[in-house]
Amino acid sequence: MTDMSYTASQSGSRAGKIALRWTLYLMLGLFALFYLMPLFVMVTTSFKSLDEIRTGDLISLPREVTFEAWRTAWSQACTGIQCEGVRPYFWNSVLIAIPAVLISTLIGALNGYVVAQWRFKGANLFFALMLFGCFIPFQVVLLPMARTLGLMGMAGTIPGLIFVHVIYGLGFTTLFFRNYYVSIPSELTKAAKVDGAGFFRIFWSIFLPLSLPIIVVTVIWQFTQIWNDFLFGVSFSQAGTQPVTVALNNIVNSTTGVKAYNVDMAAAIIAALPTLFVYVVAGKYFVRGLTAGSVKG
Amino acid sequence: MTKWLEEHMPKLVLAPSFIVVLIFVYGFIAWTAWVSLTRSRLLPRYEIDGFIQYDRLFASPRWDTAFTNLFVFGFLFIVIAMILGLILAILLDQNIRTEGAIRTIYLYPMALSMIVTGTAWKWILNPGLGLEATVRGWGFENFTFNWLVDPNMAIYTVVIAAIWQSSGFVMALFLAGLRSVDQEIIKAAQVDGIPTWRVYTAIIIPAMAPIFLSAFIVLSHLAIKSFDLVIALTGGGPGYATDLPATYMYTMAFSRGDIGQAASSAMIMMMVVFTIVVPYLYSELRTKDD
Amino acid sequence: MAPILEINNLFKSYGSTQILKDINVAIEQGDFLVLVGPSGCGKSTLLNCIAGLEPITDGRLSIGGQDMTHVNPKDRDIAMVFQSYALYPTMTVAKNITFGMKVRGVDQSTQDEKLKHVATQLQIEPLLNRKPGQLSGGQRQRVAMGRALVRDPKLFLFDEPLSNLDAKLRVEMRTEIKALHKRLGASMVYVTHDQIEAMTLATKIVVMKGGVIQQIGTPSEIYNHPANLFVADFMGSPAMNLIPAKTKNNGQGVEIEIARETGGPITLIDTKNKDLPENVILGVRPEDIADANLRRSEDRQEADCMIDIVEPAGADTFAVMQLGGKQVTARLHAETAAVAGQNLNLAFDLGKVSYFGPETGERLN
Repeated sequence: MTDMSYTASQSGSRAGKIALRWTLYLMLGLFALFYLMPLFVMVTTSFKSLDEIRTGDLISLPREVTFEAWRTAWSQACTGIQCEGVRPYFWNSVLIAIPAVLISTLIGALNGYVVAQWRFKGANLFFALMLFGCFIPFQVVLLPMARTLGLMGMAGTIPGLIFVHVIYGLGFTTLFFRNYYVSIPSELTKAAKVDGAGFFRIFWSIFLPLSLPIIVVTVIWQFTQIWNDFLFGVSFSQAGTQPVTVALNNIVNSTTGVKAYNVDMAAAIIAALPTLFVYVVAGKYFVRGLTAGSVKG
Repeated sequence: MTKWLEEHMPKLVLAPSFIVVLIFVYGFIAWTAWVSLTRSRLLPRYEIDGFIQYDRLFASPRWDTAFTNLFVFGFLFIVIAMILGLILAILLDQNIRTEGAIRTIYLYPMALSMIVTGTAWKWILNPGLGLEATVRGWGFENFTFNWLVDPNMAIYTVVIAAIWQSSGFVMALFLAGLRSVDQEIIKAAQVDGIPTWRVYTAIIIPAMAPIFLSAFIVLSHLAIKSFDLVIALTGGGPGYATDLPATYMYTMAFSRGDIGQAASSAMIMMMVVFTIVVPYLYSELRTKDD
Repeated sequence: MAPILEINNLFKSYGSTQILKDINVAIEQGDFLVLVGPSGCGKSTLLNCIAGLEPITDGRLSIGGQDMTHVNPKDRDIAMVFQSYALYPTMTVAKNITFGMKVRGVDQSTQDEKLKHVATQLQIEPLLNRKPGQLSGGQRQRVAMGRALVRDPKLFLFDEPLSNLDAKLRVEMRTEIKALHKRLGASMVYVTHDQIEAMTLATKIVVMKGGVIQQIGTPSEIYNHPANLFVADFMGSPAMNLIPAKTKNNGQGVEIEIARETGGPITLIDTKNKDLPENVILGVRPEDIADANLRRSEDRQEADCMIDIVEPAGADTFAVMQLGGKQVTARLHAETAAVAGQNLNLAFDLGKVSYFGPETGERLN
């Protein structure tokens, strides 16, 4: 922590110091309001009735708390022609995210292990190619991917979406594990080789037990990415296989009937809950993933 | 045989990923590049026909708007998010007792889907019942805030929502950077009687240059990829006033059935990313090898 | 009996950089071979080549008479102790020690028995259920040794195993390793950059520099007859004094003339070495320069020298002076009368000196 109290006591009086401190907290508080306000508005709106919403006060607490909007959002809201709420799409997202996260994490772990500990000619080139793959705008692969999924008979299916998420998640998962394993001394691998252990034995008995923190970071990162994905979801799914983000967007933009803002907000919160939950429970690892994904090395 | 397997196991393990990346990243980029040079419309055609798609692209007023928007949006988003992130980081760096909680509040939007963010801000900025109506309800009858439906201003609502979503992340990056500056140097400066603000401007911030670069790269990358946010917040509208290259590409590919335009606009996005990311990655990999 | 380790014409390069050039070494059963040299001399790479952890570019390597040039580490019947100890962080001490046996499918009762034996031998029984993170540096060192011992291999390899310990512990462990070697009669190859470790432990020393072997010999050969200026300078502390001098054959012996800053040159007469070129570098160990009033020896040649600095160091007192344009250190008896800034009559023991060619750096006598 950068301790600035020393200079503060040097310059300025005690009263000035206290005033400065108050200003500081005031500013931090105002910013906190800025970040919290949309969440607050979402939550309060979702508990209001449409009549109350029409009075037009965004900030007020609901006069009468009603769960109607939540019920509608979960099981009745229309996403186009169907009116089943976000529930089926929520489960689609679960069905997509869980296998995609597990597979991409496992492959990333093996890749990272090879690149970091079993260097061979070309391993660095592989890593550079992978790393660059993290940065491409996915628009550039949308068209050929749509055709390829069609050729493989996976167009508009959940396995198709899992496949896409695994492939374009590999760059990051490999990066995470590689950077983690690179900091483990190579003498460990050498010692195990002399002890007689082979490639998979060393991975299984020595590296995997060491990897819990990076597994958590990777799983959280991948889960957040895949759960929150919209582009792949909207491009490669069809009516029954859409993930929750696509369904949410359809609900919000469906033109049939009265605009039910409370339902929109309830649906949005439902779509956000899993990742918010992960963030609250394991925020430390979430932030580590974010910074690891941006500050390479 | 087992000895051969043993020796080549690392390569064998890497091979599937390598092939997958070659095909699904580089092969697909090549495919898109190829198609962008053809007369493809509803179906891809493979006879190369020069830069006709790019000519069409740059003659299109809609692309013109999308491309201009990218720079307006990108510039404002990156600059404001960085400044805000830095201010927040410095404020939080002053021995704040509730730092953990405040950080959690600043950063949570990053966990949300951009669709959720867009939905929330669409509601808040909606002139009929949102912020405008609320402030009017407080007695300011003439208060107007209708950017969301104003073709000239709508792109700025995207900027606001994007900043709300990502500035906390920039703060986290900068905070980590501030903490990684050698504490002895800071102590030495304090012993020398250098005022706090000078310590920041002269020592800490210059030492964080690499973090600024990382933040810039990540933010510009986010800006170029911004698709979900526009779809959810404005749907590209009013009209196509808030189109970005990403939404343009999507519209061409999946609504208009104009594969040639989709491919060429995707290639332009790719090139923008290239010019920013490649030098960065190159220098990163270089320094790591030394 | 075949040598336990034999290396013939070994070359190792990474791309176009040669790391090891034409290495030839052989040791017998029970030898303690120390590879010593400054960092970057290739000693650790050579050890990794012996272990099979680095492929050899060219040459042949055999262990126990069997060709091992292209054999995997696990099939070489070796055990290795690493600089960082490389203990498996998630396993207990016991599991660390038995991991190799477990991998090789040794049955549980044998594992237990061997573990118990090694634990007793190294006095680490109380630590068996702890994880490496809960151990001190010295304890980790013992566990790493245990992991090697339990394997009972043909050849032990040590890669700077003491360099992460503090000075006191290092001396203790050094003695312990030496005792262990004696007790087991095992063959060992040991890498270090510390020439004192090399001198105290080795039965045979290989001094390396820039990937080339400079000298192979017993500690006493290396110390008393260094093959070139590099070995002379590297082995021994304080280092051997290397003084430029001129020689003149006067019939009975060779007059060795050493220039001084003030006053005329000093002249020493060597009666044993006759065929020396005109310009030489005279190598004298600090202990071969004595206070003439306190020590007697046969081949001594006395000369008055101006002492610049006197450094008492307990048992010895070091006196520093300028001779032949070089700083020269003498290791004197603690009761010496040496005073800085005054002349002292010093005795040079010419029976033990070395001569080197100034251009080639090679030993002349």
